[in-house]
Amino acid sequence: MAEAVLSLQGIRKTYNAGTEVETEVLHGIDMALFKGEFCALIGPSGSGKSTLLNIIGLLDRPTSGSLAIEGHDTGRLDDRGLTQLRGHSIGFVFQYHHLIPAFTAQENVMMPLLVQRGFPDAAMQARAEELLAQVGLTRWRNNKAMSMSGGQQQRVAIARALAANPAIVLADEPTGNLDTKSAETVFGMMRDVNLASGTSFLVVTHNMALAKRCDRIIEVVDGQIVASP
Amino acid sequence: MDSHLPFEVIAAIRFLREGLVQTLLIVVGVAVGVSVIVFMSALLNGVQSNILNRVLSTQAQVVVLPRKDVSRPLLKDGAARVIRVVQSRTQRQVTVDQWRKLRDSFARTASIDVVSPMASGPVFIVRGSATRTVTVTGIEPEHYYHFVAIPDDIIAGTSRLTGQDILLGKDLTEDLGIKIGDRVLLRTASGGADTLNVAGIFDLGNKGFNQRTVITMLNTAQNLLGTVGEVSSIDLTLKDPYTADEVADTIGAVHPVEADSWIRTNAQFFTAMRTQTISFSAIRTSVGLSVALGIASVLVVSVVQRSREIGILRAMGAGQGQIMRLFLVQGGIVGLIGSILGSALARGFLVLWQVFARNPDGTPFFAVEIPPSLYVLTAVLATICGVLAAAVPALRASRLDPVVAIRG
Repeated sequence: MAEAVLSLQGIRKTYNAGTEVETEVLHGIDMALFKGEFCALIGPSGSGKSTLLNIIGLLDRPTSGSLAIEGHDTGRLDDRGLTQLRGHSIGFVFQYHHLIPAFTAQENVMMPLLVQRGFPDAAMQARAEELLAQVGLTRWRNNKAMSMSGGQQQRVAIARALAANPAIVLADEPTGNLDTKSAETVFGMMRDVNLASGTSFLVVTHNMALAKRCDRIIEVVDGQIVASP
Repeated sequence: MDSHLPFEVIAAIRFLREGLVQTLLIVVGVAVGVSVIVFMSALLNGVQSNILNRVLSTQAQVVVLPRKDVSRPLLKDGAARVIRVVQSRTQRQVTVDQWRKLRDSFARTASIDVVSPMASGPVFIVRGSATRTVTVTGIEPEHYYHFVAIPDDIIAGTSRLTGQDILLGKDLTEDLGIKIGDRVLLRTASGGADTLNVAGIFDLGNKGFNQRTVITMLNTAQNLLGTVGEVSSIDLTLKDPYTADEVADTIGAVHPVEADSWIRTNAQFFTAMRTQTISFSAIRTSVGLSVALGIASVLVVSVVQRSREIGILRAMGAGQGQIMRLFLVQGGIVGLIGSILGSALARGFLVLWQVFARNPDGTPFFAVEIPPSLYVLTAVLATICGVLAAAVPALRASRLDPVVAIRG
């Protein structure tokens, strides 16, 4: 069995704890993501997918339970430690691309490395060029985000998610906002990267056709995992 | 991307450039505020140093005089109930005791620049049937000319004096119809008299001084006033005019003389200057404050507008400190650019001022300069002010919850 890059045990998340409107949205999630795995996370709206993704992405802390990323127990880390681990180990692809409009495609791809290292250098520029070539956007590298199509922006976002060479890429409905053709291109690209580099992917999607093409499907319903074959 | 700049500066510049209209508006706002402060600082400095020069150009900074005689009642207060009237004494002694010794002692004192003994007293100046009361002032020109710039203000003749020469003010010569080379009679109330040669006419720009002062050599005045070998006062100029109070107090305590400082004798003038400075400080503070609030409010809006980008940067591993610095740098850049534009604007105001604010004869009212150090100081202060103004928005940005921020 391949090693787990991500493992969750008994993850619970409660909002408004201690008040009358206390709501538990995750009721003890146990799951793991293995190295090189391409996994779909599905479930109806309001099932707790986004909360789970935020906790895995270290943007939010669980109320209880343990989360380990590449062997690091995240419960022991302070905010600064979480930020560093997030920068090194996790790449994000959001539904609405979320490129930074003030920067070009290439600069957006360099951004994760830039915030980590502080100063731009030739190596990160080369890395960005390489990744843009990989997603077929070399020609567009000097374009600002707003002058590209949705599909192109999402490909830049994938390149950006891969810039720091993370162990895990979390994609929150990466094709949800794209036409079928672009969705197919973007999905294919993520799969190619996964196969070529061994980066693990956890992809939230509503598109069952795409989910079925993943290595594994994890289904969350009402804050619990109901199927993880 | 410039590899010499850190992430925070690169991103701050990009963010400011992206919201160009917003940035331009606030930069112009800062520039207008800075220009008002710089221009007013220069103007106030000009006015004050001009007034100060005028005040100091006709008087010494410390005047050493003989001690005053005072009446001492024989009955002490409390000894008995008495009704009494104590009259002030007429002053017998009009000359400074042992003035040569004092002069030598002053000359050795580090804080004193020039020591100028003077013999002065009231005389009548007579020409034909016209008589005027004036003060004859006997001087040692090599010392006196250091603080009253007679040689610069001579409008006819020369400032060089011999024992038979006098210098008169412009207004007095006009009153009496005197010209260079004329001989005039000076007579004291006690009968002393001398006829002297008019060597030069001066105009110190002060009508009172021009009308009532006759300048001559020290020994000529001593002879005329009947105080041979004596002086009525010793005038001092100091290395730093503002130490006059302390210097005068020390002299009064150490030597048996009275010492008046120009600061005390011009108390009203100083109150006026101080009031002017305080009211200007109040204006400067309120302009500075409104500029800072302007920067802060623009950045607060910018934090709201960019919350999603802040969230993404946080997701990519940017720390709270980096996000905070990103906004502090924006405040600093706005302050710096605003101050540079503002200084240029102030320079423009100054040129206009010098073109339009002129005396009827075409000379400027007074010299107004912006010293280069003021530009540097303004730039530094405005940058710090911008950074401080950005503190609240920067703190808000750094504390944004990335989850909420990304959701927008």
